[in-house]
Amino acid sequence: MKNTTKIIMLSLLISLGLHAAEKAKIRMEGSTTVLPVAQMTAEQFMNINPHVTISVQGGGSGVGIASLIEKTCDIATASRAMKDSEIKDAISKGVNPTAHVVAMDGIAIILHPSNRIDNLSKEEIKKIYTGKISNWKELKGADQKIVVISRDVASGTYEAFNNLALDGEKVRKDALLNASNKAVVMAVERTPGGIGYVGLGYVTPHVKVITVNDVACTRQTILAKTYPFSRPLFMYTNGKPTGEVKRYLDFVLSKEGQQIVTEAGFVGLK
Amino acid sequence: MKSVLQVSRTRVSREKLYKTIFAVLAFSSLIFLLGIIIILFKEGLPIFSSVSLMKFITGAFWYPTHEPAEFGILPLILGTLWVTVGAMLVCIPLGVGAALYLHEIANPRLRAILKPTIEILASIPSIIYGFFGMVVVAPFLQNLLRIPTGLCALTASLILGIMAVPIVCSLAEDALSFVPRSFREASFALGANRWQTITRVTLPAAGSGISTAIILGMSRIVGETMTVLMVAGGAAVIPKSMLEPLRPMTATIAAEMGEAVIGSTHYHALFAIGLVLFLTTLVFNLIAEVIGRRYRLKLGLDR
Repeated sequence: MKNTTKIIMLSLLISLGLHAAEKAKIRMEGSTTVLPVAQMTAEQFMNINPHVTISVQGGGSGVGIASLIEKTCDIATASRAMKDSEIKDAISKGVNPTAHVVAMDGIAIILHPSNRIDNLSKEEIKKIYTGKISNWKELKGADQKIVVISRDVASGTYEAFNNLALDGEKVRKDALLNASNKAVVMAVERTPGGIGYVGLGYVTPHVKVITVNDVACTRQTILAKTYPFSRPLFMYTNGKPTGEVKRYLDFVLSKEGQQIVTEAGFVGLK
Repeated sequence: MKSVLQVSRTRVSREKLYKTIFAVLAFSSLIFLLGIIIILFKEGLPIFSSVSLMKFITGAFWYPTHEPAEFGILPLILGTLWVTVGAMLVCIPLGVGAALYLHEIANPRLRAILKPTIEILASIPSIIYGFFGMVVVAPFLQNLLRIPTGLCALTASLILGIMAVPIVCSLAEDALSFVPRSFREASFALGANRWQTITRVTLPAAGSGISTAIILGMSRIVGETMTVLMVAGGAAVIPKSMLEPLRPMTATIAAEMGEAVIGSTHYHALFAIGLVLFLTTLVFNLIAEVIGRRYRLKLGLDR
């Protein structure tokens, strides 16, 4: 009796060991914005291909790119393009970063529903965020102080917004900091004079999305790149992807993968 | 004869074993502390090769990811200071008052209900305080005071003050219990009423113990992170009023550490902020320790 148990245990262990050896592993790390896309596509990919394990980690675009350069991940997700300094660093370490655009995202400008304003020009948004305009009445709104709501400066959304909307200028010092897209939406919901920016997928009915330069933030305008604050979301690999990494990226770009991208609140490429 | 010796020998060695085990346990916290200090210095000091210490401490601009980056933590230090002062104004009267009531006035039955209730406050996770502040207190103050946003120094101070009440209250109560009964009896015997006894005899006698309680409460407030991240607003400005958003040091570390690239200047700057925080609370705790010791001597409770 005891022997049989032992044999069963042993065979189980061996089969487990063999199984583990067979499994291919993909390590993915980076942007918190891309995280839902990465997670959902990885889960679906693993359902179809049980022999592949994909680990998905957040941490931020910069962290993912640093990991790719240190070769501790296979795919770095990023909500912004790599900086020149990062590319130089990568090349000096023998890593050849290759970009794959997997989705598009629009940064929606949101106001409190009680705000009269429906449209702002890119220039006006820049002036608000850099502190040159501080009251809504300067923009033909109510006489109300503008409460500028921003993201923590280390986030990819901040960096993308900073590049797209502010041309790299500094956000005013007294802007409120929030650590996530959801927190920004919550803050704008509760602040009559508030203005914030979030990824399109995070917009709720409790805030008002305004048009920028008279262009609404929709899937069509983002895909057509007529909406000024649209950005691509990236997955970076070291050199041309091969093997399971390539199969996974192909899956993300397939019709099914892009369907998941849309479900995650972003804009699919197809 | 031989067997008795053997028994006592095994007992001795067993006792030695226990002693060693407990010594290791006691010293392990010392090792953790040392490890933390070493890491803080190792990861924090490299920032001073790119920013001078003076510029780091007195710089008014915190733009860590900008090109060129600026690492001035004065707004963050002042943010912590303002919130701490505000919170002390809340937790000293509440904490010490509650301790006085519990120890000097309340009857045993009331005390049996109140004391555990106050202690429950200490066991609520800080994120729940933060959530409460964000969803209830901030909108309330925003409407009441007609301010642009309720996420401000005042809200943070209120919540942090309440969070520190249990620690101040229970330590102050300990201090009161160290005051010998004879002091109070002597006071009553001289014809003093209860109020006079509390204000002129008990409080002064327990004074340094209560200061210790307050300082330790302050350490708790300075180090609190989640709550200030959620309710202080997070604007890295030199604060001008309690009704404006600000950003304490802890909130900065929490918000940015997750996305700072390991080994970057930003990363080292965040560790250096951690170092400043650590040194601040260390000084507080040392002061509390010194005061506490003196006070025991004064009351003849030297141990």
